[in-house]
Order: sequence, then C-alpha cells, then structure tokens
Amino acid sequence: MLNRKIQPTITDAVSFDLKLRTCEQYQLDNKVPVYSMNAGTQDVLMIEWVFKAGNWFEQKNIVAGTTNFLLKNGTSTKTAYQINDHFEFYGAYLNRTCYNETASITLHCLSKHFNELLPVVAEIITDSIFPEEELITYQQNQKQKLSVNLKKCDFIANRLIDEYVYGFHHPYGKYTSTLDYDQLNRAELIEFFKRFYAEGHCTIFTAGKIPSNLQSQLNKYFGALPLQQRAIPHIQYNLQSAVEKKHQIINDENGVQGAIRIARPFPNKHHPDYQKTQILNNIFGGFFGSRLMSNIREDKGYTYGIHSYIQNHMGETAWMISTEAGRDVCEATISEVYKEMEILRNEVVDEDELSLVKNYMLGTVLGDLDGPFQLIARWKNYVLNNLDEQYFYNSVQLIKNTGAEELNVLAKKYLNPEEFYELTVI
Amino acid sequence: MIEYNRFTLDNGLTVLVHEDTATPMAVVNVLYDVGARDEHPNKTGFAHLFEHLMFGGSINIADYDEPLQRAGGDNNAYTTNDLTNYYCQLPAQNIETAFWLESDRMLSLAFSEKSLSVQRKVVCEEFREHYINKPYGDVWKQMRQLAYTVHPYQWMTIGKELSHVENAHIDDVKHFFFKHYRPVNAILVVAGNVRTEDIKQLAEKWFGPIPMGDKYIRCLPQEPVQDLARRLTIEAAVPLDAFVKTWHMDARLNKGYYTADLITEILGGGASSRLYQSLVKEQKLFSNLDCYHFGSLDAGLLTIEGKLVKGVDINKAEQAIAEQIAQIQEQPVSIAELTKVKNKTESVIAFEDMSIMSRASSLAMYELMGDASLMNTELEKYQEINPQDIVDYSKQIFRESNSNTLHYLAK
Repeated sequence: MLNRKIQPTITDAVSFDLKLRTCEQYQLDNKVPVYSMNAGTQDVLMIEWVFKAGNWFEQKNIVAGTTNFLLKNGTSTKTAYQINDHFEFYGAYLNRTCYNETASITLHCLSKHFNELLPVVAEIITDSIFPEEELITYQQNQKQKLSVNLKKCDFIANRLIDEYVYGFHHPYGKYTSTLDYDQLNRAELIEFFKRFYAEGHCTIFTAGKIPSNLQSQLNKYFGALPLQQRAIPHIQYNLQSAVEKKHQIINDENGVQGAIRIARPFPNKHHPDYQKTQILNNIFGGFFGSRLMSNIREDKGYTYGIHSYIQNHMGETAWMISTEAGRDVCEATISEVYKEMEILRNEVVDEDELSLVKNYMLGTVLGDLDGPFQLIARWKNYVLNNLDEQYFYNSVQLIKNTGAEELNVLAKKYLNPEEFYELTVI
Repeated sequence: MIEYNRFTLDNGLTVLVHEDTATPMAVVNVLYDVGARDEHPNKTGFAHLFEHLMFGGSINIADYDEPLQRAGGDNNAYTTNDLTNYYCQLPAQNIETAFWLESDRMLSLAFSEKSLSVQRKVVCEEFREHYINKPYGDVWKQMRQLAYTVHPYQWMTIGKELSHVENAHIDDVKHFFFKHYRPVNAILVVAGNVRTEDIKQLAEKWFGPIPMGDKYIRCLPQEPVQDLARRLTIEAAVPLDAFVKTWHMDARLNKGYYTADLITEILGGGASSRLYQSLVKEQKLFSNLDCYHFGSLDAGLLTIEGKLVKGVDINKAEQAIAEQIAQIQEQPVSIAELTKVKNKTESVIAFEDMSIMSRASSLAMYELMGDASLMNTELEKYQEINPQDIVDYSKQIFRESNSNTLHYLAK
C-alpha cells in the first residue's frame, strides 16, 4: 500500500561531489585574456567583452552609462540603424550593460553566424562616434523614462537606500537626475570611450557551442587592437554612510503600498565571513522557505514577497532586506523583520532547518552548474573578482560543514537592528 | 529536434518524457488545462489565486516546499489566461520526491481556511504591487474590457477587481479543484537525466491511483468579428501620455497567428524595426514603442503601444502609426526584411530550448494544443510565410473597424 505521508528516500545534496567544469583560457596577441566554456547542445554562442569602464571611472555622473548605452549608435561608417539591422538580420542580440567597475558588450547568436558579427563588434569598440543627434534623442527618452520611474516607490527606495549606505559620492550610492542627462556632452563621451574602451582593458568570455575557428577569428579582429596598454587608473572611494538611520518618504499621497528597504554595510567577497553568511542569509530571507517569507508572507500575508540578499558588488557591499508591503502594514512588517533578526541572534538554528537549507543551497548550485551560460557566468564572477575555482570548492565545503553555532556568532555580529538603515517609501 | 516519449495512464493522465543525460537535474512539469478564461465573470482571478493555494498543503503533506527544498529542489508556477503550469527542478536522483508531492496535490488539497485567508491577502498585495501602485498599471484592464465584449479574455489573470479575490470562499476552492485539477485535465512532463521506463513506474505508482475525474469540456463564448472601431480616453496621474491600440488576430494554431507574429517583428522587434526607426528615431514622436501579442491560444490581440514625447499631439502620433500600417498593407516586404525576422525566430527558438525547464514547459504547452510534436515543426510554419501573406494578413487585421484605441493621458 502506498504511503503518501512519508517522503521517498532522498540522497542528501550534502553528499554530492560537485565539480566545477574547467574553463579554457588563452590570450590574444595583445594580451587580452579569453575564457571559453565549450558546452551545451544547442548551436548557440555567447561572447561578452568586459571593459574596466564602469561608473567607477567617470568624472561626472552618468558618463560611463551613456557611453556604454550609445556604443550601438554610430561609427564613422555605419549609422545606428545599420548597426542594429546588421545584428538583427542574423537573429543576434547585441546588448550592453554598465556596472560599477565594469561595462560589457554581450553578443548572443547562432554559432553559424558569428563570423559576420565579429567585425562589427570590433568596429564599435574602435570607432564609435557618438553622433550629437543620437545623444539628444537618448537624453530626451531617458528623461521621459526617469519621469515614469520616479512615480514608483520601489525605484525611489532602491536609489535612496544605496545612498544612505554608501553615500552619494560613492559609485554604489549615486543615482541619476534629469539635470545629469541635460549636462551630458558629446566630447566627454568620446573621451571616455577612447580611454576606457578603444584603449581600455578588456576580458573576453565565450560560451556555448564554440566554433573551432573562434579563437583565430577573435585574434584576427581583436588581437591587434591597442587594448591592455594604458594602466587602469587607481581610484579610491570611501563610504560616507548617512548619519540618520531611519527614513520615511511619501512619494505618492495615494500610494497603497510602501517599498521597505533595510540595509547595513557588509564586507566584500574576500572577507572570511562572506561565504558563511550566505548560509545565514538563506535561512533569514534568501529563498522561498526562509523565515522572512514564512512569517511575513506565508503566515501574515503582508506582502507578495520579501527577500534578503548581499548585494553583488566587488568592493565593500551591503546586506539588504527588500519588500513591498501594504501601506497599513509597513510598520508591522519592519518590526517582524527585526523580530526575526532577534530570534537568529538569540536562538541557535536547529539541525533540521539547517540541513534543509544546506540541501537546498547545494541543489541550487548543482542546477546552476548546468548549461554553458550559467557556467561562464560563475567563472566570470570569479575572474573579475580575482578569485579562482578554489573559491567554489571552499564555498561548497562551507555549506556542507558550517555548524549552527557558527551561524549564531554571525547573527550576533551582523544582525543588529541599530546598525541597519531603514527606509519606507510610499 | 526535441525528442520525447509519450504514454497515458488509465486515469487519462498524459505523460511525456524528454531524456537528456547531459544534465544532472530533472524537471517535473504539471500543466492543468485551466486558466483565467475558464472563470466565472463574477469570480475572476480565481485560477491564479488557486495557483497560490496549491502551495498551502495537500491531503497527506502539510507543506509542499519544505520536502522539495530538502531534496535540493526548487519550484514555481504561473497562471495565464489559458492555462496553469507548475514546475520543479531537482537533482535527478531525488526525482521521486517530486512525484510524491505533485501526485498528492493532484489527489486532493488540504483546503485549509488559514491558507486561503493568507493567500487572499498575498494575492491582493500582488494585485496592488503590479496593477494599482504602478503608473499605467491598469492599461490592460481597460484594454481587455474594450476589446472583448463576450470572450473571457476581457479580464486579466490577476482578476477584474480586488473584491473578487477578497470574497473567494473555501467552497469555491473545492469546487474549482475537483472540476479542473483532475488527471484527465492534466499533462505531466518529465525532462532531464531520467529514463522513460523508470518514469513509467513512478507515474503509475504515484499518479495511477488518482480518480480520473470528468474531462472539462471548454465552451467559451467566442468573440464576434468586430465591425466598429472602439475608442477610449482616460486621464490618470501619470507623467506622460501613452497610446495603446489593438487589433483582433488569429488563434494560436492558425496560419494567421504565425503571420501576425512576423508582422509584430517587422513593425516592432528590435531597434531596426520599422516603428522604432521611424517614430522614435526619425520623427521623434514616441520615447518608446512596442509591437507585440501575448501568444494567446484563442484569438488574441496584436498590440502597438508607446509613450509619447512630451508635447506631441496624440492624434498626430496615431496618424504616424497609421501611415506605417498603410505601408505594410500596400508594399510587400523585401526578401531581406522577411529573412531577418525569420532568422530572429530561428534564434529565439534555439535559445528557448537551451534549458530542460523551458523544453519541459514547451512540450506541455504544445501537447495541450493538440500534439507535442508541433514543437518540432514550428520553425517550418514561419519559413512558409511569403511577402504576399504579410500584405494579405495586414489588410485583413489592420482594419480600423477591427481596432481598439486607448489614449491614456497625463492629467
């Protein structure tokens, strides 16, 4: 007789022998490093060019982001339309993203088309001209987009909490105003482009079904460019956290929800507490079965979702709790968050809950090691943060071996309400 | 080419297995043939609320998530106007836990009052977060009501209004469950590092004993051909005027659907598309502009939607869109442009099929439409379309009398 009350036997994920697939590495003639993950069953390819060109290096707000955005908007031989039409004709996607330290150009395409696409990427990196007309359109449309976003409580909250934690002069803490868009000028973009792209520092990541001649073609189009020659400027920013810890903003008098953000500074990935705290964070608010979700969503129904996470920064970062809750239950939500911190400080997590979280985390790691794009994303994270595969194996060992007492020590060290910034935006 | 094996249990449950030994994981995907279109007009939002209740404990298992997480698994679900889909992914050696969990909640829910009262609140917060507390959040509520006079696509999956969700009663929940969540109305897809023989045994063991239930026979009122243009103007506390216009298009399996899909790509797919190049870049009438459809199984809506550059007269903007439409109706697209949108389609399909999770949900979806093998002939249907098809279908759907226009103006 089938017993539906009892869970079938499972293999504990803790017993898995997790292996990170190695990444092939080589250099182009100009010393540009290339990381390559040849895997997967579909005939697709991803190539990402990562430049040290994030907003860390800009002198004026939004110059790095704008330069990155307008890379597709014109070279001396091609208009924005011609560039877009070229990639779209081959069913390819050319995206660009600006982060804090780095900025990327990412190509996704069917493997069979890459040869037609590489020369145009090379042209963009060497010969973007930032036409005035394109800049004007960009300014206008970005300002319009901003005006819509400024109506959203979650958008406002995300900006302000970062400012409180890092300070407005820190790349992690600053944000964009209409005035910033107005003050952009073409010459600054060209200068930033030349310094940080055309003559910048680049690392290339490739993944998918890698064509046999990809290495030689990358070398042909990118191996002779004047990259990696000039030193990367060393710029130091200090945290200037806000003095006042608690903030309440009314952005919309008629708002029916409040965006709540609660955050504290937290050390970077190299700190010995970082990986262990990921386990504590999972228990606290890191997944659907976390304490914050169980209590505030699944028991009280105050919110559609509540999460905690450590922001993915290269430098000193922040531990954040984030939710949108009903306007009349915002205060109750915040007090429940602090209650959950208190429980973690005062009570050692029981073995049952801890083993569940460990199994969940390792199962997720196993799932994350599946597929070329996920694998290269993990490698990219390690490479750009000056970590290596040992970091992966350490992390797996820590998940397997960290005890409840150690987590309690971390809770006492980091989950103190007086060290958190707290914000509600309605 | 996505390969699979199919078998049916005695209770009518269809099972598909897609074997892929390259992954250490397995996905268990259960699709129920019920969506928001199957709701009573006075009890909307129910299919989606129900999706939440499916995590509130089943007859023999108090908590769905915890045992799955203990087995290293993760899960989620979504509800559309057409269907409800549940999926979990876990290490392949632990797959039986997924069978245990999914079969128990197909057998019967716990029907807990506590779960209902909490999830009503959670769904109301979801409603507020996405549709009330966001600028332009009610655009689709308005557009659906305008475009559909009888078909239940006239409401969103979240529901027509908060009160429908707030008033959901436990008896409604039970009735809904035993009407729709039966083996005969479900499709189970298992994908990943599994063997069909093993899955057969597991399926028989866990799902076999569940009573078949009655096949749900869908008979929805079909939307009559629209023969008079409908227009609506709304003022709201938003920073920019927005323009939304829809035209009725064909149902999912008709040739017209595939043609409409390519038309949306020609008009609005990417930065080299016609609407973007002409109306955003050259004429600077819109700051953003999209052309899309929802992939609805019943006859859907082809949509053009954008926000106007401040100071632009909305009638002038609408006229400019009309000129683009006249062009696609009158001048056949070049072979190069048609090749471009077909290449894009080929690429989208290849990228979609990368993960076993996406392959599993696609197989379930195509099986729901009639046959999972349709998944492997999809690209051919796009390849068959020629320039004259685009002209003909543009003329057919882009009639003013077939359109619904919403001017959503800043107060």
